[in-house]
Amino acid sequence: MAVTRFTTRSYPQDLRIFPSPAARISLVLLGALLLTFPLFMGTYGVFVACICGVSIISALGLNLLTGCTGLMSMGHAAFMGIGAYTAAILAARTGLPLIATLPLAGLAAALAGLIVGVPALRLKGLYLIVTTLAFQFIVEHVIYHWESLTQSDKGIALPSPDLFGFPLNSYQSYYYVILALAVAAAVFTKNLLMSRTGRAFVAIRDRDIAAEIIGIHMAKYKIMSFAISSFMAGVAGALYAYLLHLISPDHFTFNQSILYIAMIIVGGMGTVLGSILGAVFMVLLPEAINAVSGPLVSAYPDLAPRIGGLSVMVYGLIIIFFLLFEPLGLFGIWIRIKRYWKTWPYTY
Amino acid sequence: MASNILIQLTITGLAWGSVYACIALGFVLIFKATDIFNFAQPELMMLGAYLTFAFITVLKLPFIWAFLAALVLMALITALLEMLVVRPLVGEPVLSVIMVTLGLANVIRGMTGLVWGYEEYQFPAPFPKDPLTIFGVAINQAEIYTIVATVILLVGFFLFFKYSQSGISMRATAEDTSAAFLMGINVKGVFTASWVIASLVATVAGVFMASLTYLDPIMSHTGLKALPALILGGLDSVHGAILGGLIIGVAENLAGFYLADYLGSGINEITAYVLVLIIMMIRPYGLFGTKEIERV
Repeated sequence: MAVTRFTTRSYPQDLRIFPSPAARISLVLLGALLLTFPLFMGTYGVFVACICGVSIISALGLNLLTGCTGLMSMGHAAFMGIGAYTAAILAARTGLPLIATLPLAGLAAALAGLIVGVPALRLKGLYLIVTTLAFQFIVEHVIYHWESLTQSDKGIALPSPDLFGFPLNSYQSYYYVILALAVAAAVFTKNLLMSRTGRAFVAIRDRDIAAEIIGIHMAKYKIMSFAISSFMAGVAGALYAYLLHLISPDHFTFNQSILYIAMIIVGGMGTVLGSILGAVFMVLLPEAINAVSGPLVSAYPDLAPRIGGLSVMVYGLIIIFFLLFEPLGLFGIWIRIKRYWKTWPYTY
Repeated sequence: MASNILIQLTITGLAWGSVYACIALGFVLIFKATDIFNFAQPELMMLGAYLTFAFITVLKLPFIWAFLAALVLMALITALLEMLVVRPLVGEPVLSVIMVTLGLANVIRGMTGLVWGYEEYQFPAPFPKDPLTIFGVAINQAEIYTIVATVILLVGFFLFFKYSQSGISMRATAEDTSAAFLMGINVKGVFTASWVIASLVATVAGVFMASLTYLDPIMSHTGLKALPALILGGLDSVHGAILGGLIIGVAENLAGFYLADYLGSGINEITAYVLVLIIMMIRPYGLFGTKEIERV
């Protein structure tokens, strides 16, 4: 699945995060667009953008674990749930500010990641998948049944967040917090992947025994991967909780975990850009489905209680489609387009 | 009286365990023959039950004919799915193949939701409703039928794999695909056959599960508990899958009754997962799985 590079570059060039001037210019433009986004979009548009941001952070975490280290997790939503509930309980009960609850939420999730990561040292492939699946269901169950702490399906209401005394009571102002953290997460991941640690992750994914033989400390890196991934999921969960103002157990179910897996498949495994594209795509998809299912329901009112099946089905179809026809995901499409323009008009 | 409750719970547990064992058996069949882990197995089970239900209520067929029609239809559907969706991915990384079956699971789940909705249906099971009383223990007859049918099914499978030509070629493919190919075994046929057989077993499991409770889309979630059963027994072991299913069925029923006071109601829903977490920490390849020796 290697992507061929046509240009020859020196190592310092290759190590740069944004290799060409064109990339830097387009990045500046994108930055300007993202910064001014709330000015020309309505409240709903900004809300959807916030959800995109949260999903990007979470998908980056999962992609680091699954796409880069090759450890598949079906419990990503559970880590998000742990982060979200940590933040919600701390904010609602002790009144801690956003600046304190976010890292604490991340740490709580990372701690859970360590606990799952330790058995993962001995487990591989399917055994690991089922273990993370078990973790997902156990967390779901605990959230639902530990009523004194989580208020079960009544949910926990969060106070409006504020940052250094500046209230973030609108989606517009909160958007910038999420944007900043999403950018930070993306830059962090990109940097990590180019570092020694990131390359160790990829070596473990490609051949774990060979990686161990060339001197990569397997236990250390596997657990590190789990911890970083779940830290990001925890922060994303906390951001999500503040965004919704009210969280309940059904925000962090098994189906959510599958949604995140779908994101990294659709986007492209093991790439930062892929995680971003996939997350945005899968968040916007329900909007597109709603555009279809809305008129459908008004035409056939009998369908109303069943229409939820449509989105589940479309998710499945999209996963299958990408795996069969575009295994590199949206990232692969992006690379192809880029190459086409780079070599145009000498396409061959 | 306490022992009566214990016996009753154990029998209910065995009945549920048989259902889990059937689903797990489907997993093992596909996994052994094709090295593919089919996450859509619980969904196939659900689809089988819904199709039987549709044949009974819409076409007004008697139960046994509806059941047979559902089996035939399921065989056709899975053969088609295997050829179109799964086969192009044979030999790809484990992750991709698993994801594709996950996608398949979503498609089937969404489709069932679209067609039949999300409400519970009373499944028109042919088993007598009134409980049977043996030595003062009241037993739901559907449970007895489930256990007996599973035993017959499993013995049938055992004989099929041990003695029949197709069974032997399936075992050969499982052992070494390329060697089987060189020996003139129709490997593609074996792949399709393993999916078809797995879907048939799933349909049987689905009909029994629907008879034990209701017919609703939550079935596929309940069916996922076959996964812990499978992992408990060891992925590549048929008798492990069966024993794992029975252990989990009994354990969750006993836990639901005896531990509910301490750990809260609903503990039976996650007993299977807690159990598998513990076992995985002690024996990472399951109770009966073969410990893989890897070479670089």
